[in-house]
Amino acid sequence: MGYDPENPMKDRITDIGPQHYAQYFPPVIKKNFGKWLYHEIIQPGVLKHVSETGDECYTVRVGCARLISVMMIRDYCDIADKHADGVMRYTTRNNVEFMVDSAAKVKPLLDACAKHGSMPVGGTGAGVTNIVHTQGWVHCHTPATDASGVVKAVMDELFDYFTSMKLPAQVRVALACCLNMCGAVHCSDIAILGVHRKPPMIDHDTITAVCELPLAISACPLGAVKPAKGINSKGEEVKSVAVNNDRCMFCGNCYTMCPAMPLADPDGDGIAILVGGKISNSRSTPKFSKMVIPFLPNTPPRWPETVAAVKNILETYAKDAKKYERVGEWAERIGWEKFFEKCNIPFTDKSIDDYRLAYDTWRTTTQFKYTSHIK
Amino acid sequence: MPKHDTPLLDQLESGPWPSFVTDLKRMAKKKDQCWDILGQLELSFKDKITHWKHGGIVGVFGYGGGVIGRYSDSPAKFPGVAHFHTVRLNQPSSKYYSTEILRKICDMWEKRGSGMTNMHGSTGDLVLLGTTTDQLEPIFWDATHELKMDLGGSGGNLRTPSCCLGKSRCEWACYDTQAACHNITMTYQDELHRPAFPYKFKTKFSGCPNDCVAAIARSDMAVIGNWRDSIRIDQAAVKSYMKGDFPSNGGAHAGRDWGPFDIQKEVIDLCPTGCMWMEGDKLKIDNSECTRCMHCINVMPRALRPGKDQGATILFGAKAPILDGAQIATMVVPFIKMDLENEFAEYKEIIEKAWDWWMEHGKNRERIGESIQRIGLPAFLAIMEITPIPQHIREPRSNPYVFWKDEEVEGGFERSVAEFRKKHKM
Ligand code: HEM
Ligand code: SF4
Ligand code: SF4
Ligand code: SF4
Ligand code: SF4
Repeated sequence: MGYDPENPMKDRITDIGPQHYAQYFPPVIKKNFGKWLYHEIIQPGVLKHVSETGDECYTVRVGCARLISVMMIRDYCDIADKHADGVMRYTTRNNVEFMVDSAAKVKPLLDACAKHGSMPVGGTGAGVTNIVHTQGWVHCHTPATDASGVVKAVMDELFDYFTSMKLPAQVRVALACCLNMCGAVHCSDIAILGVHRKPPMIDHDTITAVCELPLAISACPLGAVKPAKGINSKGEEVKSVAVNNDRCMFCGNCYTMCPAMPLADPDGDGIAILVGGKISNSRSTPKFSKMVIPFLPNTPPRWPETVAAVKNILETYAKDAKKYERVGEWAERIGWEKFFEKCNIPFTDKSIDDYRLAYDTWRTTTQFKYTSHIK
Repeated sequence: MPKHDTPLLDQLESGPWPSFVTDLKRMAKKKDQCWDILGQLELSFKDKITHWKHGGIVGVFGYGGGVIGRYSDSPAKFPGVAHFHTVRLNQPSSKYYSTEILRKICDMWEKRGSGMTNMHGSTGDLVLLGTTTDQLEPIFWDATHELKMDLGGSGGNLRTPSCCLGKSRCEWACYDTQAACHNITMTYQDELHRPAFPYKFKTKFSGCPNDCVAAIARSDMAVIGNWRDSIRIDQAAVKSYMKGDFPSNGGAHAGRDWGPFDIQKEVIDLCPTGCMWMEGDKLKIDNSECTRCMHCINVMPRALRPGKDQGATILFGAKAPILDGAQIATMVVPFIKMDLENEFAEYKEIIEKAWDWWMEHGKNRERIGESIQRIGLPAFLAIMEITPIPQHIREPRSNPYVFWKDEEVEGGFERSVAEFRKKHKM
């Protein structure tokens, strides 16, 4: 049995969809579905949910690298088999969760995680939880920076905030390695974003073969790509495109449509830091992340500039914000001019929007604070 | 024996956070390709640039999505990753697994792929990283026959829906997010597997306005649990919070001494609408003023609960910046019931109406949020047959440039310039 290349359509099954989730519920979850009354975080990384039936569910949340091998998954399975009814789940932010139905089972579970050595418990409440991130150099063709490497470096440094709950509110850190933002970093408290800074090159040797020129031209949101004759390496004139460099904002969209227009570059590429985004509707409405540091260089393997920038913002916020206040709410309360001053981040023209709807972000009042920026 | 030296990556083996490098090296002992992943990644760390080639279309027969082609630009150096495609498996709602199914997936992937995974991709799928073209059909066979799992979406189609854990472990879910996510995924298998849309379409299900799956930021159609009656209050529990018997916010702030709980400062004064007050020792809420932001409920989970008349709010058009700038989703339908009994009929009517229009009028690679921006929210509401209400806006327009229609103006647009000139000489 199995796939038969001679008979590819024989016994083929399609469109069965996902497995039904309910079969994987631990017994206590199945029994109390929809009956949960309240929850508490009894220690960092350990949640207690109480049902109206009186049942209790204890969840141990474990940080996970997201890029993991089947061997690591089997390690998780071993712990779940031994301690948690053979069931586990993954969170939206790539943590692993084990659930048990009594307080007595928590300690052995925590011990098993500690014994493994690569299963830190935390990520709950007013702390930093796992960084959602994208592929980076390990598996994508458009990145301006790596993902797993930067995340490892940042999380090593913020580790203490993963295993404790001493911040004013939860802080969501996210990373996307290019402007496509597969990681949806545009609404995170602190966002690490890979950015290009050089316009695309044009490979006149391959462009006619690998690209639909009209698609490449229409791909540019700024109309910076136009049809033009090009000279290939043999000196022949070919149908190609030209890029108006002054108009390019380095989004990489042309490259997505046309592989003959690469823009990645060791010196051009790096990281921008955005802050103050949030998704929850709690108190203030959802907000975009705002760019406060337009560029930091790519410095593998540990990206010290990026790590320092993230830590600095996090700790300045932690010192200054009120209880419950998210990073963006704090920055808005004190005003962005104070944000830059308190975080000691140099302000540049790059943080003034000049893209579409930019005007919405300019100051249109005489109300501002006197900070060191006014000379 | 290591096949490649990795002095830069080796530095990521220290530190308290789990190291993907250590894990990759462990896997490399069993799967030779993992050495080549390490080798190529090391080269990227050295060169500060990716070494994956652009795109490449691969897939399984009859499906337009679910597999993403990937080729190394240095196949001679790293033959194990010469082609190294991604397979997306459709995860079960909110990502609960038995170890039995996980082990089966692991065995299959160790046999047919690199043994490396993303648990999970940002969209929600279980992502299997790295296999060769000739393995794709066998993987699909094994997945559907042995794992009983299907591929997820990629390309211009419905992307794999995802949801928060909802009623399974959260007291705040206002509808069954998992049932909704499963039902909608099953109903639209064709839309998920065979690209027919101008571009990707994501729909995500969060049980309450806390929005744990980031639906409002990441989905073309966000379904966020909500209620329309009054917040339920347990006054005895309110008193217990005030006495300090229960930790605020479920204990989320336990790591720092913030002083004793102060209901005025931490709940009433932070209510964005100022609709809460104390009357003696009773907490009062003017529910007609409440915008159901969840703050008070988050702070006192044992005292306050969402109301009983529950359903969801529908928002459209969130997306990352490419092409037209980032968008947070726009509130379109304030409230619908999300009933399993009628198979989420209200939801389906809305999504199908939106798709019908977008498939006909959306431009190539235009997310629905961009299409809506292009034609304007009033036009989209008209297409959706939704009456405009003040809830659709944050504030009314401040420019007077109204697009009146011919039929809306007395006498219409057509006039005679000859008649005009009779009275008004040039
Ligand atoms: C050829 C071009 C592209 C490729 C190969 C690509 C690849 C991917 C991959 C591999 C993922 C899953 C990432 C992960 O979960 O780790 C993903 C998700 C995503 N992509 Fe792309 N992408 C491309 C273009 C785009 C574009 C143009 C946009 C924006 C308009 C975009 C936005 C996103 C978003 C927002 C997600 C996930 C967000 C979520 O639902 O969590 N991508 N993409
Ligand atoms: S964010 Fe960009 S570089 Fe990163 S995985 Fe997505 S498309 Fe690739
Ligand atoms: S990178 Fe973006 S802005 Fe620059 S030419 Fe390409 S599509 Fe246009
Ligand atoms: S979105 Fe709401 S219902 Fe869903 S898990 Fe988060 S808090 Fe609970
Ligand atoms: S949910 Fe928000 S708006 Fe409503 S009473 Fe509570 S804090 Fe106020």
